[in-house]
Amino acid sequence: MKRKVAIIGGGQTVHASRRHDVNQGEMVNEAVRAALADGRMTMDDIDAVLLGNMEFFEGCHLTDCWLADATGAYGKPGLKITTGGTVGATTIVAGAHHIASGLFDRVLCIGFEKQEEGDSSAILSGVAHPLYGRSLAGAAVGYFAMMGASYMQAFGAREEHSAMVAVKARQNARKNPYAHLKLDITIQDVFDSKMLAYPIRLLDMCPTSNGACAMILADEKTARERCEKPVWIRATETAHNEQFELNWRDVTNTRPIFSRVCAEKLYKKLGVENPATFFDVFEVYEPATWAELVWYEDLGLCKRGEGFHLIEEGQTEINGPIPVNPSGGVLSTNCIGASAMLRIWEAALQIRNDAGEHQVPKDINWALTTAYGGTNWTVMTALSKKWEDS
Amino acid sequence: MTDIFAPSENRDYFEVDQHITASSRYYAGRVGSRFFIALRDEQKILGSHCPKCNLTYWPPRNTCGRCFSQLSESDLLEIGPLGTLETFTRPNYTPPQPVPAAPVLYGIIKLDGADTGMAHLLGEVDFENLKIGMRMQPVFAEAPAANILAIRYFKPAEE
Ligand SMILES: [Zn+2]
Repeated sequence: MKRKVAIIGGGQTVHASRRHDVNQGEMVNEAVRAALADGRMTMDDIDAVLLGNMEFFEGCHLTDCWLADATGAYGKPGLKITTGGTVGATTIVAGAHHIASGLFDRVLCIGFEKQEEGDSSAILSGVAHPLYGRSLAGAAVGYFAMMGASYMQAFGAREEHSAMVAVKARQNARKNPYAHLKLDITIQDVFDSKMLAYPIRLLDMCPTSNGACAMILADEKTARERCEKPVWIRATETAHNEQFELNWRDVTNTRPIFSRVCAEKLYKKLGVENPATFFDVFEVYEPATWAELVWYEDLGLCKRGEGFHLIEEGQTEINGPIPVNPSGGVLSTNCIGASAMLRIWEAALQIRNDAGEHQVPKDINWALTTAYGGTNWTVMTALSKKWEDS
Repeated sequence: MTDIFAPSENRDYFEVDQHITASSRYYAGRVGSRFFIALRDEQKILGSHCPKCNLTYWPPRNTCGRCFSQLSESDLLEIGPLGTLETFTRPNYTPPQPVPAAPVLYGIIKLDGADTGMAHLLGEVDFENLKIGMRMQPVFAEAPAANILAIRYFKPAEE
C-alpha cells in the first residue's frame, strides 16, 4: 500500500438474537459512538463513512442512504459494501485502500446486520444459482454438512472433533461480554442438540445475531499523533472461487482454492514461512465447526488432513500455542454484515492487550484474520503492533 | 441447557409487520439453453470443455474461470450419465425454496468425464447405505421439465 494505515479506534454492540429495543439506525449508532469514544474523536474528525451490510437481510435496501444520520455519513462521502459473509472485512479493506491512496486520512467503517427484522434465509437462497442450485435443498448448512462428511471420510476425523470446536467457541464466548452464545456446554451437549443436516447439529452452527461493529482507520500521521496504541494493517488479500454448487470443494483435492490461494499470496507479501509461529493469534470466520478445522489446514497451521489433531491436542485454545478465535468467533456471534469486521476488531483488541477476560496470555505482535463469503471467497487481513518489527 | 433461541417476552417495543413478494425471471443464456433442451428432449447431460485447461465443467458455461477462454456451443460435450458420489448430507429442515420437504438426501455427484461435481438429490437409497465413492446413476423425470429437476435424483448405479 502507498501509505501506512492503522486502526485507531473501534467498538461494537452487544450481540443478541433479539434487539427489540432499538431500530436499525439506533443499533448502528451504538457501535459508531463506541468507536468514536474509543478513538477519542467526534464525527467532525471523520472524512468518509463506509457501510457494510447485506441489505435486504433486514428487509431494506439502500441502508447507506437512509441510515445516514445514524452512521454519521450526513454530508460526507461514502459507499455501501455488500459481499456476503466477507462484508465487514471488505469494508475495512476498502477503507484501508482509500487511506493508502491518499484520498482520505480518517475513515469510519461500519458493519451491521439486524437479522430479526427480515427473512435472511429466504434472501440467502437467492445466492444459489437460479438454474442449477436454487431448486435443490442445502443452503449454508448443507454446504458445511457436506464438507464435514467428506472431511471425516478423507482424514479419519470423528464427530467428537467438530464438537470440540463447538465447545471451545462457546466457552471462549463466555469470557467475551459482547458475544451472543455464551454457553457453558460440553461435547455431550453438542451431541444432544438437534441434527440439522448430518453431521451438522444445531450447536455446530453459528446463531442468527443482531449487532454492529464500527472501526476508525487513519493514515500514519493521524495515528501517531492521536492514538496511543495504533494497530497497523500490514497486508490484505482477497480471493474468489465459483459458487459451490458449480464447483464443489472436495477437501482432498489439491487444485487452487480461494482460501489456500489467499493465504499463500498474503504470506508471500509478508515473508511468512511458518504461519503458526509468525502470528500470535488468529480470528477466523467459522460459520460451522468443520470450517474451523479446514481453516487450520488452509492457513497452513498444520498439514492437510491434520486439522482435527490441533483441536484434539488443545493447541488452538486461548492459552494454547496457536490461539484461534479467543472471542468465541462466528460460531458464537453471527451478525453477518458485522461478523468479518468483528474478526479484525477482536484481533486489534488482542494486539492492544484490551480484550479483557478473553485476552490471550502472551505478547501479541501479529494477528491474522479471515472472512468467508457465501459462494467460496475470502478476505484476509494481517495486523501488527509495530510497523518497524519486520 | 436453556433455549437459546427463545423469543423475548418484552412486548413494550412497537413492531410493524411488512410483506414483500418479489418474482424474477432468469434467462439460461446460449450454453445454458442448450443444456436444458438436451436434458429435456434427449435425456443427455452436457458439460463444457476448455481445450486450453483440458477441464470439463458442469454446469456448462461460456467462459473458463481459470484461463478466461471463450467457450461456445461447439465446446459442449456429453458427460455422465454415471458418476461418483463425492459427499452427501441429509437436511432435516425444509428450506424456503419450493423443494421436496425435509428430510431429503442431498449430495455431490461427479459425472464421468466431468472435472466438477453436480449438487443433486439422492433417491432409492437409505441414508445408512450411502458411501462416499459409490457409483450413481440419474433417474430422469417422466414428464420432462426444463429445469434441473428434469433429473429427479441420482440412485446407486446398477452396473
Ligand atoms: Zn481454461
